[in-house]
Amino acid sequence: MTRPAQRRRTLSLRLLVVVGAVGGALALLGVSGLADTLVYYRTPTELLAEPPPEDERLRLGGLVQVGSVERVGSEARFAVTDGVATLPVVYSGALPAVFAEGQGAVVEGRLGADGVFVGDLVLVKHSNEYRPVGEAG
Amino acid sequence: MPRTPAPGGALLPATAGVASGIALVLALLVAPEDAVQGPAQRLMYVHVPAAWVAYLAFATVLVCSVAYLVRRDLRFDRCAQAAAELGVGLTALAIGLGMLWGRPVWGVWWTWDARLVTTTVLLLVYVAYLGVRRMADDPHVAARRSAAVGVVAFLNVPVVHFSVVWWRTLHQPPTVLGPDGSPPIDPVMAWALAAGVVAFTLLAVLVVRRRVAGLRAAGSGTAAVLPADGAAPVITVVPGGGR
Repeated sequence: MTRPAQRRRTLSLRLLVVVGAVGGALALLGVSGLADTLVYYRTPTELLAEPPPEDERLRLGGLVQVGSVERVGSEARFAVTDGVATLPVVYSGALPAVFAEGQGAVVEGRLGADGVFVGDLVLVKHSNEYRPVGEAG
Repeated sequence: MPRTPAPGGALLPATAGVASGIALVLALLVAPEDAVQGPAQRLMYVHVPAAWVAYLAFATVLVCSVAYLVRRDLRFDRCAQAAAELGVGLTALAIGLGMLWGRPVWGVWWTWDARLVTTTVLLLVYVAYLGVRRMADDPHVAARRSAAVGVVAFLNVPVVHFSVVWWRTLHQPPTVLGPDGSPPIDPVMAWALAAGVVAFTLLAVLVVRRRVAGLRAAGSGTAAVLPADGAAPVITVVPGGGR
């Protein structure tokens, strides 16, 4: 008479795996913060229109303004623009190799009271264009 | 051991092998280096085919699930299972290759943007689908339940694909399957990508057919043949397709 009991146990183990996988999916959404994921970064225009609380960690996204990148020691200063508004960024750390003026970037950090965005992580947002060397437009 | 006679003989394996070889040469030697991203961009020739053929595998799960619900024939259920297993493997491969590509170009292995999160949810939903398949002892009960899940789960695929259009992401928007007619990609690069997609598709058909044959042999009472020939190819062939 152990078979039905055994089968029930196997079944509940399987149920546990399924519930675990679905629960994992939901937890993942929760952890990542649904709203935070859907609005992955904010633009300079949005940040200037609605300044966030000073200690809120957020992402700033846009194009690295041409001619704005300055490297002083291990510190980098540049400006991120969305074509309408521009925010100065200060970042101490190594910039990614693909980082370049005129290209997309997302900076994680905090917007200071002085209007300078203090970044602690710089990500490169590359375009969906693929061109060989010498043909890049 | 007596091999299950491969449907279609040696033609499909040979074609898949040749296509993989051509794709490899085009991706590594013929395609020019990307001006912005450098050599890391070559990961596109395996990352994108893995993702697209995973979509194709999940579309196959959808079609076979509907076919089972209409016909109540376990043949369609076996097709859905084989396609789902392949789809899970390819989704995991696409995520892994994407991480390898993200590290040198974005600067991070992972970030919580909508494309990466929805793809992870897609993977977990189809893992759950494979779990549902095993939750009933009666094969027709299991097939009916999993067919229902297999139909609903497909809703995830358009969400993943359009995540980069609907929401702001770090992941770039689509190049080829995008809304505008002229993809912004160098023609030689586009050919290398097309060759990768053909090679992955042929390998996928090969894997699914072998797995279906193995499942059929197991279902008709010759289960002793199954473990060696049925389960192994799914595990060994998929990573081979990633080279």
